Amino acid sequence: MASAARQNSRRLLTNRVMTTLTAACAFLAVVVLLLILSYIAYRGITAINWQFLTDTPKPVGEGGGIGNAIVGSFLLISLASVIGLPIGIAAGVYLAEFGAGWFGHIVRFVTDTLTGVPSIIVGVFVYAIIVLPQKHFSTLAGAVALALIMIPIAARTTEEMIRLVPLSLREGALALGAPQWKVTLGVVIPAAASGIATGAMLAVARVSGETAPLLFTAFGSRFFNWYLDKPTASMPVQIYNYAISPYDEWHAQAWAATLVLMTLILIINIIVRFFTRKKF
Amino acid sequence: MADSQTSLPSPASSFGARFRAWGRRRVLSSTGNTGDTIFRAVLFFCALLLLLIVMAMVVSMATNSKLSLDKFGFGFLTSRTWNPIQDEFGALPFIYGTVMSSVIALVIAVPLSLGVAIFLVEQSPRRLARPIAFLVELLAAIPSVVYGLWGIFVLAPFLREHVEPWLQRSFGWLPIFQGTVTGIDLFTAGIILAIMVTPIISSVVRDVLAAVPTSQREAALALGATKWETTRIVLANAASGIAGAIILGLGRAIGETMAVTMVIGNRPEISTSLFKPSYTIASVIANEFTEATGNLYLNSLIELGLILFLVTFIVNGVAKLLVWSVTRKTSGTARAA
Amino acid sequence: MPSPSQTALVKRCLLFLLGLTLFLAGCSGQQGGVGAGGQVRLQGAGASFPNPLYQKWLSEYGKLNANVLIDYQSIGSGGGIKQIKEQTIDFGASDAPMKDEDLKSAPGEILHIPTVLGAVVITYNLQGVSQPLKFSPDVIADIFLGKIKKWDDERIKKDNSGVSLPSAEITVVHRTDSSGTTAVFTDYLSKVSPEWKDKIGAGVSPNWPTGVGGKGNEGVTGQVKATPNTIGYVELAYAVQNKLPVALIKNKSGNFVEPSLDAVTAAAAESIAATPEDLRVSITDASGANAYPISSYTYILAYKDQKDAAKGKALVDFLWWGIHDGEKYTKDLQYAPLPDEIVKRAENKINSITNGGKPLRGQ
Repeated sequence: MASAARQNSRRLLTNRVMTTLTAACAFLAVVVLLLILSYIAYRGITAINWQFLTDTPKPVGEGGGIGNAIVGSFLLISLASVIGLPIGIAAGVYLAEFGAGWFGHIVRFVTDTLTGVPSIIVGVFVYAIIVLPQKHFSTLAGAVALALIMIPIAARTTEEMIRLVPLSLREGALALGAPQWKVTLGVVIPAAASGIATGAMLAVARVSGETAPLLFTAFGSRFFNWYLDKPTASMPVQIYNYAISPYDEWHAQAWAATLVLMTLILIINIIVRFFTRKKF
Repeated sequence: MADSQTSLPSPASSFGARFRAWGRRRVLSSTGNTGDTIFRAVLFFCALLLLLIVMAMVVSMATNSKLSLDKFGFGFLTSRTWNPIQDEFGALPFIYGTVMSSVIALVIAVPLSLGVAIFLVEQSPRRLARPIAFLVELLAAIPSVVYGLWGIFVLAPFLREHVEPWLQRSFGWLPIFQGTVTGIDLFTAGIILAIMVTPIISSVVRDVLAAVPTSQREAALALGATKWETTRIVLANAASGIAGAIILGLGRAIGETMAVTMVIGNRPEISTSLFKPSYTIASVIANEFTEATGNLYLNSLIELGLILFLVTFIVNGVAKLLVWSVTRKTSGTARAA
Repeated sequence: MPSPSQTALVKRCLLFLLGLTLFLAGCSGQQGGVGAGGQVRLQGAGASFPNPLYQKWLSEYGKLNANVLIDYQSIGSGGGIKQIKEQTIDFGASDAPMKDEDLKSAPGEILHIPTVLGAVVITYNLQGVSQPLKFSPDVIADIFLGKIKKWDDERIKKDNSGVSLPSAEITVVHRTDSSGTTAVFTDYLSKVSPEWKDKIGAGVSPNWPTGVGGKGNEGVTGQVKATPNTIGYVELAYAVQNKLPVALIKNKSGNFVEPSLDAVTAAAAESIAATPEDLRVSITDASGANAYPISSYTYILAYKDQKDAAKGKALVDFLWWGIHDGEKYTKDLQYAPLPDEIVKRAENKINSITNGGKPLRGQ
């Protein structure tokens, strides 16, 4: 009896310790984020005004803004998502539903490897297959480079999330006479929707901050651009260019642009979560 | 539920076994429904596309690194020299830097992310969980350039003034904590990577844990388990998902370019100390690619990229093995409990 | 799933945002990249060193010629050379002139048009030392070789009598990324130190024997600023903007010269005799009483034969404006203007640019 009591109190102690530890982890993560955020705000808040958000870049000393970079990033991320997310999610669904054979294993292994490719290599690859043959830089090339980075992230998370959908759900739908594809499309994917959305959001957040793949594909521009076959400015490239310059004014603009970028991602995140939240 | 086949199977292995059986049925038979065939064909095409893209990348990189492959052969992997002016190139310092920085990042990030995810799913009150989850996900939205800048201006000085000297005083007898402290070194790079990787792992693990059926938790609690013991069972259930999350995080750590190159010191040297500068494959490619004129130089850089693929293969494999061995142990314990 | 009315509300908000973006794009001050009739677009890329100046030029030129839209991306000298050879851009820019092999392997003849001059300066962080330090060339080389290790070394003291130098170890800060600035600096070191030339050589990414690295000019600037007893090399603009001390360097004629813009132009002027016809020249270690020894040209690279008449005309007009009117913007941004003789030679080069055999200027 005594040893059972000791065991119990040890279990309770472990429980208490682990609960505190996990809370501490969450606390630490939030603190780090707030530290970084506050530093960004401290360095950049002075440069944010309406002109900054709508104007194009100007030479040093004349102000200027990131209007064209915002539009460029928006175009690049939307196009990259349209190209990359469906392919990634579809590949993930394939791996989860039909991926038990040797082909599935190969694809899974290859996807894992693709997540580790440095973004600059993706940029160089797209440069070689799209920019060189066309002899010009373009928004399309930039979007393809970003899509290539998004695909493995979306595929991997989708596969994991679909695997976690309870079998009872599938079996129930099948028992009601639904064909395979309706079960997957109509029952399994919606059930895993919030998880798939996490993957999609991670992919979007990741590519929105990537500079290297755009340096040789979308290139950059001083002007507003709406055409897919022309180069375009983008936020991460603009931030990079300003940050490595000698001028304090441009440094402040770099930090301010970061704030704007993070706000935009936060908004997209909220919108996506709104549409995929579970009602139950 | 019909899963009471064997005597007390662990939740993980029984679920996995049934899922695998389900998967095998799918692969072998066709249902005769045209909708199914089309659906499967489309999905297959997307998976194939993924495979083809990677193969195209590997082929393109192999063709573009022919010169250095021919000239250096296997010696490239073991040589420590990187001298562009005299056309001598070797990959070892970069392989070391890449592996070490990723390992440090994961050693810090995995427990941290798991802690965050467990807290959010199992312990925190509903109203607190959503804002905290958003905040942690926001870490993933910070551009890598900004991480680099924050690293230079805030983290490196902080580590140089406070953390690294303390580590040297307390554990200086360990070779990893020796050497002059500058703040721009492998240690700082590892920490920055850990911060960048945490939101990825924690977001995915959070979703994975949330997807484990509540019946598992209820069953454990009904048997008298403490909250933590219940959580362990949930973790065992979610093992494969957690492994996937870690692989994603690892991918980010290995391939991260901008942030690392600003704080790692960019010195192609191998040293046992964490406080010495180092160099990763992604950083050297980013630093030197635009200015690399001269074909052997370019080819060597691209060969480094090819080696990175190889390094990712190997590190992924090792990570999977580790996770598999850990889950085997945990499912064993669950059976005993 | 959200209710139909909630979905409709969110949809309306998204449409509003989309409309807002389009509206904002339309009402920007700059002429948008919407290719209306009569507009010519030029794409340039290359050296990061002249980037602030070129951005100023493009903006000012754009005010005078609203239908010519010129873009310049700073991707590094090597990038400029690569892209002009691949013909993905209309003009390139490079600090170091192209090598013979690069010129031979290009699909057409490429002209080097010098635009401005710049200086690489030696900067340092020494507490308690307020006067600018003086360095002889061999002293600099030996510091960067790691042979002179302390600040109070006899050879440094010799050039700086009257300055109390601390007995601290010198920490060298160099570049970790490939760069034109490094190429110019190592070119100078190779000229003044046979040992440097033998052991290390000149190039964009040398095997530094000692020191810590910073990424980019801003990285080196930051390191020097933050770490005491450091010495490093950066472009003049970075030292000036960050209020770092710059050293005086003994030039070939034996005078200690500070990196003023006039001294840089003097270095170019003194080297005119040695400047070949294609204008590819290194002007480091120039002779001349007032020449600053670590100076360099930066060039725009353009094909002699332009394929597109409209683009070619726009390019030559812009280049002409640059070497004449553009020079008045140089000093404010810490770039040195070209000496007159070089402007004349550059004019000849621009006049020789043709389209289908006919020169484009004077049309």
